[in-house]
Amino acid sequence: MAKITLQNLRHSYAANPVQPSDYALKQIDVDWQDGGAYALLGPSGCGKSTLLNIISGLLVPSHGKILFNDRDVTTVPPDKRNIAQVFQFPVIYDTMTVYDNLAFPLRNRGVDEGRVAARVTEIAEMLEVTAMLKNRASGLSPDVKQKISMGRGLVRDDVNVVMFDEPLTMIDPHLKWKLRSKLKELHQRVRATMIYVTHDQTEALTFADQVVVMQDGEVVQIGTPVDLFERPQHTFVGHFIGSPGMNVLKCEMRDGAALLGGHPVALEGPVNSGFGKFEIGIRPEFVSLAKEGLPAVIRKVSDIGRHNVVEAMVGDQRVAAVIDGPVPGQGEAVHLAFNTAQTRLYRDGWIATSPAKAA
Amino acid sequence: MKTENQKAWFFVFPMLLLVAFNALIPMMTVVNYSVQETFGDNVFFWQGLDWFQQLLRSERFHAALGRQFLFTAIILVIQVPLGVIIALAMPRQGFWVPVCLVLMALPMLIPWNVVGAMWNIFTLPDIGLVGYFLNHTLGITYDMTQNPIAAWVTIVVMDVWHWTSLVVLLAYAGLVSIPDAYYQAARIDGASSWSVFRFIQLPKMKQVLTIAILLRFMDSFNIYTEPFVLTGGGPGNSTTLLSIDLVKIALGQFDLGPAAAMSLIYFAITLLVSWLFYTLMTRNDAK
Repeated sequence: MAKITLQNLRHSYAANPVQPSDYALKQIDVDWQDGGAYALLGPSGCGKSTLLNIISGLLVPSHGKILFNDRDVTTVPPDKRNIAQVFQFPVIYDTMTVYDNLAFPLRNRGVDEGRVAARVTEIAEMLEVTAMLKNRASGLSPDVKQKISMGRGLVRDDVNVVMFDEPLTMIDPHLKWKLRSKLKELHQRVRATMIYVTHDQTEALTFADQVVVMQDGEVVQIGTPVDLFERPQHTFVGHFIGSPGMNVLKCEMRDGAALLGGHPVALEGPVNSGFGKFEIGIRPEFVSLAKEGLPAVIRKVSDIGRHNVVEAMVGDQRVAAVIDGPVPGQGEAVHLAFNTAQTRLYRDGWIATSPAKAA
Repeated sequence: MKTENQKAWFFVFPMLLLVAFNALIPMMTVVNYSVQETFGDNVFFWQGLDWFQQLLRSERFHAALGRQFLFTAIILVIQVPLGVIIALAMPRQGFWVPVCLVLMALPMLIPWNVVGAMWNIFTLPDIGLVGYFLNHTLGITYDMTQNPIAAWVTIVVMDVWHWTSLVVLLAYAGLVSIPDAYYQAARIDGASSWSVFRFIQLPKMKQVLTIAILLRFMDSFNIYTEPFVLTGGGPGNSTTLLSIDLVKIALGQFDLGPAAAMSLIYFAITLLVSWLFYTLMTRNDAK
């Protein structure tokens, strides 16, 4: 188990990177505590797999350092780093039995057979694959194969970190949930540092204590699932997390007040000074219908089960609202109210308001 | 309910016609010859299974069949491992990939009789490049027209040169289809390069290698043109493989009956061995 520090990390696949766009990773500084469950969340191509490969040692970064427990491992090869990785699709040694698959990483390191048997039995128990230990691994279903790939990572009890690279991509939806809770349970039992890479917000938010959101090779926000939902530091995080995503509305600033289509909108607190492109950010969960407020016209109503998602036009901008109870019909003129404490201002994409001081 | 679409016959018919004229009808003619004796002028005498019985007891047939199996065995033992080794050594990406692939494909593009003629001249002791070099520079007496061992070595080396590429290309196709994650996982699991070969590369190549061995078995078991042009079956009968002997009986001696019986037995052996091999290789996959 180890604490992982990424210092000033940059990486480019180009031989001679010149401009920022040559970099797959622009600038990463992160500290991960020993035994934590972390998620790296971002859209495809944001650099999260590059970052993962740098941590596992499959790639050496162009700049910067990686420390495991304050020891520099930047140029140490993967087999010497004592890490485990689970890949997007299950990697299974087809010709071996399940038992031999699980024993493989230990046997390669010269662990004696008695110890191997003890570890394999324990891990098989945890993963609920004891009954199939003697079966050949090739005939198993994808979810069981993926469990065995995980098992190969967990079987060594001295691993510094276990990494998961979108491990549920190939798994049927109804089994995803099962494997996800299994993973959470495993983390609680083995207390290894775990890093989970995904582009699926549900996976990230259910697995991790802390989520690192990435975009274009940069970390946009690090925080707990609640932080990410309630106070996105960047409109990207607002869009990316939540379903539907945060409403991001162009607005004008006049004398410190925000105007949306000419109507004043109250913000959560003071705005820090500066110029740029201003936008109001508010989650659909905090928009409601009211007697008075922003005039809007209903464009579409969709029933998503427990709630209705109402899309209304304020001027030429679309605002989504999650509404319980009766909803207006299409084309109706309504008024929208924003929950002031949850209404934030963004300047050039970054948050520009701070919460009001409690009186 | 099962849908029946009779239109399919229409699409299959041209192919059926082709197969009929180049395989089924000639084959039935051979069957016809194999049970009769003819002296020309379309006069036939019923012979029953006599030709088959004679052939199966004939020492000449046993010797040719033995040589044929020996040749195929040597070819497989050399070409399959060598092909895999070359495929493993080939680059996976970059400028050299197409260069290697083209170099590998070249021998297979040369017409078979040209291959035989090329190696014939190549190995002539007085003017051939290799023949001259061995005899006059290294001082090794080498003449494949005189020495049976030299003749065997030459046809084996020629076939290795001509056909190892097929194994290489198939094995290479199997290798490049292995996703990177397998190699990465193996590195993280601390696997040695032997383990990587034994547990990842070999299992993933198994299917293409099955095809490669099957093709190499059938081709080398039926080989005719190259050894015929190179040695003509000599010196003596030392390189008279089954196919060469068959052509001698059929077109040299014009014994059409025995030749027909021999072709059928030849065909049956090829079919039987291929079927046995394929069944054994794929039996585990079904489980």
